[in-house]
Amino acid sequence: MKQYLLSIYQPTGGVPAPDVLAGVMRDLERLNQELRAAGAWVFAGGLHSPESATVLRPDGDHVLTTDGPFAEGKEHLGGFTIIRAEDLDSALHWGRRLAKATTLPVEVRPFQDEAGD
Amino acid sequence: MAQPSTADLERIFREEYGRTVAVLVRVFGDLDLAEEAVQDAFAAAVRAWPESGLPPSPAGWLITTARNRTIDRLRREASRQDRYAQAALLHARGEPAEEGPVRDERLRLLFTCCHPALAMSARVALTLRLLGGLTTAEIARAFLLPEPTLAQRIVRAKAKIRDAGIPYRVPDEADLPERLAGVLAVVYLIYNEGHTASTGQALVREDLCAEAVRLARLLAGLLPGEPEALGLLALLLLSESRRAARTGENGEVVLLADQDRGRWDRALVAEGQALVRECLRRNRPGPYQLQAAINAVHSDAPSTAETDWHQIVRLYDQLLAIAPNPVVALNRAVAVAEVEGPAVALALVDELKLDRYHLFHAIRADLLGRLGRTGEAARAYETALERTANEAEQALLRRRLAGLG
Repeated sequence: MKQYLLSIYQPTGGVPAPDVLAGVMRDLERLNQELRAAGAWVFAGGLHSPESATVLRPDGDHVLTTDGPFAEGKEHLGGFTIIRAEDLDSALHWGRRLAKATTLPVEVRPFQDEAGD
Repeated sequence: MAQPSTADLERIFREEYGRTVAVLVRVFGDLDLAEEAVQDAFAAAVRAWPESGLPPSPAGWLITTARNRTIDRLRREASRQDRYAQAALLHARGEPAEEGPVRDERLRLLFTCCHPALAMSARVALTLRLLGGLTTAEIARAFLLPEPTLAQRIVRAKAKIRDAGIPYRVPDEADLPERLAGVLAVVYLIYNEGHTASTGQALVREDLCAEAVRLARLLAGLLPGEPEALGLLALLLLSESRRAARTGENGEVVLLADQDRGRWDRALVAEGQALVRECLRRNRPGPYQLQAAINAVHSDAPSTAETDWHQIVRLYDQLLAIAPNPVVALNRAVAVAEVEGPAVALALVDELKLDRYHLFHAIRADLLGRLGRTGEAARAYETALERTANEAEQALLRRRLAGLG
């Protein structure tokens, strides 16, 4: 089995209306349950906004600490799901479901190592 | 069997490349290894066959040789703790050796090469390389690209197939229609690349057309339940039937209306038309079937004047309903001109937003010319000339412009 990172990209700034967000959360929860039932679920989580990020940069013997995200952009990583899947077709199937549930673009990317199972 | 000549060997290798690679991909689960194995077996065949004569099943011989020689090599490497070789060996152990007729694995490989997770340009290159057996140099020449660029495109695509885990599998029933449409689009693109451009070496271009027809035949043969696969084959055959008539003595483009219909290849026309009739019988129309049907109506007609234009307009209406597209609407307008006259057609053309497409202006020019609006027609031809870099097309447009009088 391979493992895939499904990254959810959301536009920076502007938060969806509470009822829209509630619908998304409900769909996401249902999808996570299905992933678990299929034995595909490894991890899933949503992230706080990019402003909450802190970047650490090695600089000689020191490590510099700066406030804010690594890169400013029109979109940012809003959350991610890690799944176990037989192949890319299966991973894309779950990715499509995630994109529909979140109404956001999803990047599907393979991990280098096979999942031990 | 007689001793094969070098030309015989080249032909066999070209014909059997896709099939042998496809089987060895199944055996070893790895594209590069499969290709190496097949090339190794071809080299062994070049040494063995001139002495022994052709084996009863060259493909079977090549597959067995490629498999056994590669397993031997992998065993030597696996003993040196090579993880990659071990994985391939493990994969090969689960696959029985070929006995009897060779199973056709090309369909699986074709779906891998045309996977939507690969860029279109990579799909085309991979399909020509792995299934057509064209060399990277040949593909690069056909697409007017530097060979290293093309080679790198193939290397990247193979790496993505391996790393992302793109499967060697015919998609499930639920995904098949959409995925098949993607495969057909690659084959159609290969054909059009060979058919349209006048740049590049003519011979290589014809290779692309021949390869596209071969792939379309393969798809129609392996997926007989899919009418769009039949439709694409019919479309390509009917288009191929007009190849000789399409170019004049000096390589200039000859339009359908001006073609010597006696030079159409009647055998290809008959085969294409039979496929169109089969599609009609199935009654599950799709874009390729409808385009093939339009071509079949043209193929039936002894001249432009005797063409059943009403039928063609009806087919375009159907095509527009399933696949709305301004270029299809433009072609429909050309047919409307034959039924309702150039004024009605011009009104339809003028509604289309195709300013950057040279044929939009060429067709407008033709309609304006037929309406006696010579000055406007000349300006439209000039705009068309600015919109194409293709020399054969430019020559044709200049002739039409000069012919306005």
